[in-house]
Amino acid sequence: MNELQFLTWVRGTGLNIAVGLFLLGVLWRLIEIYSLGRKKDLSAPRHVAGASGWNTVFRRSIPPEGMVKRSPVSYLGGYAFHIGLAIVVFLFAPHIKLIQSLTGLSWPALPSQFIDLVAVVTLAAMVVVLADRINKPVKRFLSTFEDWFTWTVTFLPVLTGWLAVRHLLFPYTTMLALHILSVEILLVVLPFTKLFHAFTVFGSRWFNGAVNGHKGVAV
Amino acid sequence: MQGPLIDTLALHGVSRRTFLKYCSTLASLMALPPAAGVAMAEAMAAAPAAAKRPSVIWLPFQECTGCTESITRSHSPSIEGMIFDMVSLDYQETLMAAAGHQAEEVLRKTVEANKGQFLLIIDGSVATGLDGAYSCIAGRSNLALLKEIAPHAAAIVAMGSCAAYGGLPKAKPNPTGAVSVSDIVKDKPIVNIPGCPPIPVVMTGVLAHFLTFGSLPDLDKLGRPKAFYGETIHDRCYRRPFYDQGKFAKTFDDEGARNGWCLFELGCKGPVTYNACATVKWNGGTSWPVESGHGCLGCSEPNFWDAGGFYKALSMPANPLRMAAGAAVAGAAAGVAVSFANRAKKKDAKAAHETTTLADLEKSEER
Repeated sequence: MNELQFLTWVRGTGLNIAVGLFLLGVLWRLIEIYSLGRKKDLSAPRHVAGASGWNTVFRRSIPPEGMVKRSPVSYLGGYAFHIGLAIVVFLFAPHIKLIQSLTGLSWPALPSQFIDLVAVVTLAAMVVVLADRINKPVKRFLSTFEDWFTWTVTFLPVLTGWLAVRHLLFPYTTMLALHILSVEILLVVLPFTKLFHAFTVFGSRWFNGAVNGHKGVAV
Repeated sequence: MQGPLIDTLALHGVSRRTFLKYCSTLASLMALPPAAGVAMAEAMAAAPAAAKRPSVIWLPFQECTGCTESITRSHSPSIEGMIFDMVSLDYQETLMAAAGHQAEEVLRKTVEANKGQFLLIIDGSVATGLDGAYSCIAGRSNLALLKEIAPHAAAIVAMGSCAAYGGLPKAKPNPTGAVSVSDIVKDKPIVNIPGCPPIPVVMTGVLAHFLTFGSLPDLDKLGRPKAFYGETIHDRCYRRPFYDQGKFAKTFDDEGARNGWCLFELGCKGPVTYNACATVKWNGGTSWPVESGHGCLGCSEPNFWDAGGFYKALSMPANPLRMAAGAAVAGAAAGVAVSFANRAKKKDAKAAHETTTLADLEKSEER
């Protein structure tokens, strides 16, 4: 298999398999999670539960008072790499082209130099967050294989993508193919690991907020 | 054309100055040191043509003659063409006057007279299906001809993508069992000059290198001269700034296309194609595909016919996602099945639940 055949495989068969497993996993887990249900709380609600849910969805995106000072790396690094990932994934022209070809939806892209800068910041933030996880005894103690693994499968697509654009390490064709392959690994892994929070984060926040609101905890 | 090359050139109205300029251009194109241009000029000019002109045999296999057409387009009156004329092209079916038995005789005699010294140029892929019967010349299959002549060549030039990689005949489903020259010949130096067709100056550049240094130029891992195939079309494309700015032509006749914006979204394979089109251009430097408004097809890369469609952007799926709908249905079914299992579990737990009343607790206290 030469470089172009490798690229054609990851763009063709590989993508087909990865997107298939991704859709399978996402639908499976969403249906399973939301069909679990909860026992009805028969007590009279102390607050309007739904409003409390919505409030929590937004409130938990903002650090509680004093926490940024206590744990700056977690918050700032976390913000940097999540926002960076969103920008790189959704506002880079070739990525939009891919989404358009799959769904028909498209939107304006950002200049590739800006995307390049964001990619570097994202990579740096992810490395810092990883170093923090290794250095802080508590974080290290709480980390399992899944944490290290999901960090890796998230980091690799950004790294390989940036290397491909910058023409580093391998010829562009190989690097692009490796980039697409790493994204495919991420797609397959996402529904079955903690990375599934990409789908469940707002739902679970709403639920927590609603339950707490019902019980009378100030929102 | 029996005297030194420089005299022959003078006869054709080419001044020494023009000739030197050509040699240094060729040398710089091939990223050779400046002195190489002089060496090239000396080697080629001083060579008494009749004595040292290397013999060249050009064999056409499963091909469309596009490669020959490409070479002849640059032929006359360009200086490249003249240099090409200065080698002794002893066998070339399209260009030679002889035909039939006469042509076969020329081929046999040329091989006999130049054993181990001639340069063998091949365009077209080698059919291997049905013992090579898909493509024959004078009753012999290309496969047999190649196996017979290749051992006597000094070096082989696989001209065009078909000879270099199998090309169009090798495209799926490859009915003739087409393979490249390097799939058959393993013990000779082979230089691949892929392209559909290849750029004429690349051909003459390789020939000049062979004449001057008696060896083939530096090759990449696909056997292509690094001097011409060292960089991608995309990296050298004059439309590259538009790619970096995110300005893309969306159709072949929209405002972006008229403004000369990047053709990536229209399927340009420039980013993964290693060739010199963007710098050398075609037809004496007149233009090249991207300049004339069409994306690069990637013709100098192996298997470019089967690389997912000429008009699909590189970032788009090469094939339709056939599994997606099925996988979504399977996923939903799995989710529903698991949720039923979970509900059954809950129901069982509920059924197994024993209610403890105050009376029960009091009873137990009494015990």
